Amino acid sequence: MKAFFQAMLASFKDLLPIIIVIAFFQLMVLQQPLPNFIEIIIGLLMVVTGLTFFVFGLEKALFPLGESMADAFARKGSVFWLVMFAFFLGFGTTIAEPALIAVAAKAGDIAAKAGAIVDTPESIESYAFGLRLTVAFSVGCAIILGVIRILKGWPIQRVIIIGYILVVVMTYFAPKEIIGIAYDSGGVTTSTITVPLVTALGVGLASAIKGRNPMLDGFGLIAFASLLPMIFVMAYGMMY
Amino acid sequence: MNYFSDLLSTFIQTIVDVTPIVLILAVFQYGVLKKQVPQLKEKAIGLFYVILGLSLFLLGLEKALFPLGELMAEQLTAQEFIASSKAGPVDWTSYYWVYLFAFAIGFSTTIAEPSLLAVAIKANQVSGGVIGLWGLRIAVALGVGFGITLGVYRIVVGDPIHYYIIAGYILVVIQTNFAPKMIIPLAYDSGGVTTSTVTVPLVAALGLGLASTIEGRSPLIDGFGLIAFASLFPIISVMAYAQIIEYINKKVNSGAQ
Repeated sequence: MKAFFQAMLASFKDLLPIIIVIAFFQLMVLQQPLPNFIEIIIGLLMVVTGLTFFVFGLEKALFPLGESMADAFARKGSVFWLVMFAFFLGFGTTIAEPALIAVAAKAGDIAAKAGAIVDTPESIESYAFGLRLTVAFSVGCAIILGVIRILKGWPIQRVIIIGYILVVVMTYFAPKEIIGIAYDSGGVTTSTITVPLVTALGVGLASAIKGRNPMLDGFGLIAFASLLPMIFVMAYGMMY
Repeated sequence: MNYFSDLLSTFIQTIVDVTPIVLILAVFQYGVLKKQVPQLKEKAIGLFYVILGLSLFLLGLEKALFPLGELMAEQLTAQEFIASSKAGPVDWTSYYWVYLFAFAIGFSTTIAEPSLLAVAIKANQVSGGVIGLWGLRIAVALGVGFGITLGVYRIVVGDPIHYYIIAGYILVVIQTNFAPKMIIPLAYDSGGVTTSTVTVPLVAALGLGLASTIEGRSPLIDGFGLIAFASLFPIISVMAYAQIIEYINKKVNSGAQ
């Protein structure tokens, strides 16, 4: 119980900057009173409690689960199944991501307004769904690439720099309307549940494989998951 | 105002979001690895905490912070407010409150971002405490704050986005050559984790508000792109953080001799 209150205090500290920023701008800059004061207090209490539970669950479930599975795959020694697991983890966690669904729907509207597709609800919807599939597929491939990098011990910067060059080259060929969406889609793919699992997978693999350093090799999976979607989405825009 | 039914529906929505992940984990655990999950009960409780925590967190944000933050983004970008903030014609300097708000909201939402907290906890464990929880998070938050401010400036002046992103990439490549090797993968990762549940809605409201009030900008095209800035600049700031720590340590060591 004492640990729980300490954790709640830590969560409150995490939220303090937002509270200060919003209060400052509301009271000093816009010079308006805070509306629905009680509702805001209740909301903040929920946020603090929620963050506390999340961190508790993280250490109890998501981290150990990701690491024990990474360890088991390393022991099993089957690269094929590890790669399959990596792909499905990336694909499965991205396809249902709410932020991605929102971005894809907006992208459909843009494409219709720009005349890239016919302006009917059906064609917008199929464009948006195609985009979601593309991003989810690219995240699946990204986790595979990241896992292979850990297995082989490649330095991460080489792979990332090649990725950057690809992004830059494709920016010149991709249709103008898709560029902003493509750049943003890298950021929206990694959700709050995916990040801890994928991080634990990387660190677990790097700890289980001999000669790999968890600090040098374990991190970096999320970096691929935010880079590859940019390339794939621009390719998707070019194909339409 | 029915908090309980709202909480229930958010809880169910979160379960729906988490289900595919649990299914994939279960299929591979039992179908491929063919092993029992150690301490299954404890992990189930932990997963329940994660889902409950996330639901409370999201609902609380939705009830308390998002409406206020979105309203503020609207008011700060409104033409009357911009015109009254400085004497003379409106140019890019009239937007100083917007820049300050962009920086402050980018910084403060990043500190509260649960996925960044998760990565910081892991990095702290793996590095044996060398990488501090707060050091990493403040470095990332500064990067996000700076990135979003620059992104807002870009919407105001109307430059093409890719010039900025490519310049950022060049900086990342140069820094990679000089930063301590240990930090590089973590720095690259911190680009992706910054923007999820807390940052995206508020930042999107800011971009949309700006793009719809400034003449010649399209909310559909220019409203996008802020997230890209928020995921690029933390890479630079985390590498800079490691470089500064290394520099200080060197100085301390050479001073001690």
